[in-house]
Amino acid sequence: MIPNILRVEKFIDVSAEKLHVEKDSVDLAKANQILLSNKPHIRVRNLNVHLTKNHILKNVNLDIPDKAITCIIGPSGCGKTTLLKTFNRLLQNSPEVKIDGEVLVDGENVHGKNANIEEIRKKMGLLSQRPCPLPMSIFDNVAYGPRIHGIRRKRTLKLIVEKYLTEVGLWDEVKDRLKSPASRLSIGQQQRLCLARGLAVKPEILLGDEATSALDPISGKKIEELFLKLRDQYSIVLVTHTLRQAKRIADYVIFMYLGEVIEAGPAAEVLNNPKQKLTQEYLSGNFS
Amino acid sequence: MNKTRYNKFRQIREILVKNSMFILTVISLVFALVIGTSLYFKSEPILEKQSIGTLLGGESWKPLKGEFGFYPFIMGTIWVTAISVLLSLPLCLLAAIYLSEYAHPYVKKVVYPMIDVLAGIPPVIYGVWGILVIVPFISEKLAPHFVEFSTGYSILAGGIVLAIMIIPLMISVFIEIFDSLPGGLREASLSLGATNWQTIKKVVLRKSFPGLAAAVVLAISRAFGETIAVLMVCGNVSEVPKSVFDPAYPLPALIANNYGEMMSIPLYDSALMLSALLLFVIILAFNAISRLVLNRIEKNFAL
Repeated sequence: MIPNILRVEKFIDVSAEKLHVEKDSVDLAKANQILLSNKPHIRVRNLNVHLTKNHILKNVNLDIPDKAITCIIGPSGCGKTTLLKTFNRLLQNSPEVKIDGEVLVDGENVHGKNANIEEIRKKMGLLSQRPCPLPMSIFDNVAYGPRIHGIRRKRTLKLIVEKYLTEVGLWDEVKDRLKSPASRLSIGQQQRLCLARGLAVKPEILLGDEATSALDPISGKKIEELFLKLRDQYSIVLVTHTLRQAKRIADYVIFMYLGEVIEAGPAAEVLNNPKQKLTQEYLSGNFS
Repeated sequence: MNKTRYNKFRQIREILVKNSMFILTVISLVFALVIGTSLYFKSEPILEKQSIGTLLGGESWKPLKGEFGFYPFIMGTIWVTAISVLLSLPLCLLAAIYLSEYAHPYVKKVVYPMIDVLAGIPPVIYGVWGILVIVPFISEKLAPHFVEFSTGYSILAGGIVLAIMIIPLMISVFIEIFDSLPGGLREASLSLGATNWQTIKKVVLRKSFPGLAAAVVLAISRAFGETIAVLMVCGNVSEVPKSVFDPAYPLPALIANNYGEMMSIPLYDSALMLSALLLFVIILAFNAISRLVLNRIEKNFAL
């Protein structure tokens, strides 16, 4: 993974305090067999999630590196999506769901009592499995985020919409029909629209929940290319079912099984040289 | 050999099932047509004697003199229905939003069945309760602030009782609509940092607007036709109401009150059939028009 090595120099000038924090987290990470070369952006500490009587996430400890693509892999039902949803608190706060532990984003506990949910969610763009355009025009879909955060000026909104539609390569396809309903786009276009909509609130993190699994191969490839293009600016966390996708784009890989993190680390290490027996078996296709 | 026979049997069964269901569907629709036409033929005698204009526009109702003016009854129906919808709609909408978007699941567990129970209470009970509580309240507490005198048996009493009756129906349909929206829609909005209320206002209500409107149309149709509870608290005076504290005489009440004596006076039976036909046509036309409007909205709303 050459890009990671190149990116190391970005982190040389971190302040002393941050260095201390990082050392702390690296120690913790090592204890949990996590090795990081990028500084962590999201840190998960002793996270337990119960849904009614099911223990869905079991004592998860993780560091999600900054400005890199992290893929969470594992068989279905192992808690990948649940983990992702704890990051932006989309797990419904119903009495059936019980969450213990910490998810620290830039040092702030997402599940803390005083956490500002809206600000935290604004930091994270979400791309769900099936694209979910809002019931409005293409333009309004992208402008939705900026509008709810108080941007009213038409000119500004126009610039924002054009910028992010261009960023996801959709501008040329839709610039003549910005006023038509977003639901009339093809499913692949819808997914790129959702990505543009997420980017328009200027997040720092992108969460993808099997974001390409409902798409045709070509649209899926476009989304993957976008992730690769965006990884210099965002910390990207992808839940994925397809190992090949992880091999293609991951910088870091987290392997989960039955609610536990089995192995985590740089993609090259986990995918080519897994230390745990379970990981080896999963990678060689013995179960899925 | 056996297999081909089985296949043939399956195909015949398929055709039978499909056609019999089609016939049953047609039968259920034919009833509406049959009711409409028989009402029309029954009300023909009065339509031959008097022009439709004088019947609909006439204000005096004196069956013994042969004067049949339906205007007060039509106005009474519209007034009572309008007031009941005005009173119940905001309440139902906010209650349904609260229950489906904000309420604790335990609250839902308790409240949902309670609403269904309310919807099952027979109208006559609402009517009696209206006489016991609403009518005295209006005549003693409310009306003196606005008008000189009111018995309490009034449009307002009818509207309130009717509103209370359609509230459970409307709330439970609204909740159903909100709960049937795809969950990803709310997540999409929330994940952009929208608050719950922003999400409800700009996404949930927008997406469910056609459904909500259809539910309101349904509730209004029901309110139009509601008879007994309204009849009990409305006063039943055949005059055009001037304020909400005046009594009114809605069309269904007219039919229910007089069908017993309709044979004794000439043309009376025909007049009552015409009022039934009027009610029928009003509800049909209302539904048809709102369907058209809804289709247009759905097309232009970018849903």
